Amino acid sequence: MECFKTLTSGIIPLARDDVDTDQIIPARYLKVTDKAGLADGLFSSWRYLSDGSPNPEFILNNHEVQGAQVLLAGDNFGCGSSREHAPWALAGWGIRAVISTSFADIFRNNALKNGLLPIVVDADTQRRLFAMTGESPTVQVTIDLASQTLTLPDGSQVSFPIDAFNKTCLLEGLDSLQYLLHHAPEIEAYERTRGWAL
Amino acid sequence: MSKTLFEKIWDRHVVLQEPGSPAILYIDLHLVHEVTSPQAFEGLRQRGLPVRRPGQTFATMDHSTPTNTLELPLMDNMARRQLQQLQANCKQFGIRLLDLDNPQRGIVHVIGPELGLTQPGLTIVCGDSHTSTHGAFGALAFGIGTSEVEHVLATQCLLQDRPKTYLVSFSGRLSPGVTAKDMILALIGRIGIGGGTGHVFEYSGDAVEALNMEERMTLCNMSIEGGARAGMIAPDDTTFEYLAGRAYAPQGAAWESALTNWRSLPSDPDAVYDRQVDIDVSRLEPMVTYGTNPSMSIPISQRIPDPAIESDAVRRGSLERALSYMDLQPGSPLQGHPVDVVFIGSCTNSRLSDLRQAANLLRGRVVADNVRLLVVPGSESIRRQAEAEGLDRVFKEANGEWRFAGCSMCIAMNGDQLQPGQYAVSTSNRNFEGRQGQGGRTFLASPLTAAASAITGRITDPRTLL
Ligand code: SF4
Repeated sequence: MECFKTLTSGIIPLARDDVDTDQIIPARYLKVTDKAGLADGLFSSWRYLSDGSPNPEFILNNHEVQGAQVLLAGDNFGCGSSREHAPWALAGWGIRAVISTSFADIFRNNALKNGLLPIVVDADTQRRLFAMTGESPTVQVTIDLASQTLTLPDGSQVSFPIDAFNKTCLLEGLDSLQYLLHHAPEIEAYERTRGWAL
Repeated sequence: MSKTLFEKIWDRHVVLQEPGSPAILYIDLHLVHEVTSPQAFEGLRQRGLPVRRPGQTFATMDHSTPTNTLELPLMDNMARRQLQQLQANCKQFGIRLLDLDNPQRGIVHVIGPELGLTQPGLTIVCGDSHTSTHGAFGALAFGIGTSEVEHVLATQCLLQDRPKTYLVSFSGRLSPGVTAKDMILALIGRIGIGGGTGHVFEYSGDAVEALNMEERMTLCNMSIEGGARAGMIAPDDTTFEYLAGRAYAPQGAAWESALTNWRSLPSDPDAVYDRQVDIDVSRLEPMVTYGTNPSMSIPISQRIPDPAIESDAVRRGSLERALSYMDLQPGSPLQGHPVDVVFIGSCTNSRLSDLRQAANLLRGRVVADNVRLLVVPGSESIRRQAEAEGLDRVFKEANGEWRFAGCSMCIAMNGDQLQPGQYAVSTSNRNFEGRQGQGGRTFLASPLTAAASAITGRITDPRTLL
């Protein structure tokens, strides 16, 4: 996994609550057997018009946000299906962090395993960020994972929560499967205490 | 100390809990399907790892399989490649697969219980959010992503933070025409689709005890639509009766000792939950969704809410966008709204009792002109049982389509899909934009409401036709 230390980036404001993973990547893109190419389908029903051309109204097609790596969303981002294709598509497009007031549990787990940082802020910070991007679409935020701080475009700082385990994995680019494999002896000992087998 | 059902199962499955790290949780049963597993198997190959417990892993094909034929060569290339990939992966790693032509194949959350794989007290995962369905048996069952599928294949374990507990207490008696589907839609409408985030639901109360296993599965199925990864119901005699004699359920002496174990699982009387909600079902009506997520629902006799009463701007915007996508007017009734398609199927409502309920309404009637009725059983076993009872004939004589088992129009990956602008009453679990086909519009409802609406061609209260 790619490590995540600091990031200074423009912001893509997506002022919608409850963005579900069916919107992030519709099911018709899920017939793939690898992780490549999913960025083309990112938000595709909103991003393209019915004739396949880019929808000029949708934020991802705005030239001012090209190259931005931080998505600012409404509440409860990533609800619905467990498809990991959602963080694969976001990361494939270039998104490295998503800011919301809350994330659906499975999406959060999936994102963290792909070096995509879910940043939880309070409703007031979320509102201020939307206001700042509304005033000037090219404003930037800075994320410092080690100190868990998010620096807003006006220079003010807020801290965001992340558990110690995932923080270490992200900072050092560690894969959490290694941790499980490392504990194979404990898993074996546990299995010996159990009679269950199908 | 007193414990809840969830806590008992969780505690028994923690392999290791190091400070500052998530728990290593042991997984008893891992269910696999074609869409969320290819990249996980590829990961194993890249690392040179075997599947740790192939005997505790079970695969089926359901999401992208055709329902009008069981012939592979007729399907689209990508779907075919995905199914062939699953066949190859199961062969290479020694995993049992219910292949396309297997008489027991079906939707992963339908066949687990049917085969008796799903049992009380187990930890069950699948790369699919509706794994919550299996919680109906008093198992801890939840959906995972593909990286986690790889973790479980490689180690039979997952890294998990311990969720909080949420008691959902349903009391009272359902009136005729009102079902478990209406109960769960009412709950999600009450707490919102993020309401259960970070929690595991435990459904309890006399209204839950009165449900049969198929209804309990409908309830637990949509726990994820309330934001909870899992929903559980304490196992009782209804559970044990359902399981007795099933293919993978314990037999003989093993059955007796399993029963003793299972009877120890229900929450202790003074167990404490982090949150609680109480719902009286006795005045519940059939519920229908009007919006683009499952919390946007109303009792069928009521009117669509007006976004103007929402004070929060983003909330109001979401509601306005939902109504504009659905092309519905605030303040208008849902009842009587024309529908183009009625879909009876999905892991929420495709079991025998669902099909019987729909067939009872449809018997001797035909669906309205211009309405397409699609009935898709949850498994091939259900299809055969339904045919033995003559239910297929009822659907066909009503001018409905009777299909092979699969996810079908719940996720619209296999060609069964809505056309842009079409309205569907669907017994599935998600009314997200485009879920049933790009531009399609979904009203979620019970099989009874779906069947009633098919007959009249309009959203119809099934109680008027009972
Ligand atoms: S029926 Fe629908 S919700 Fe259930 S597993 Fe299939 S796609 Fe998922």
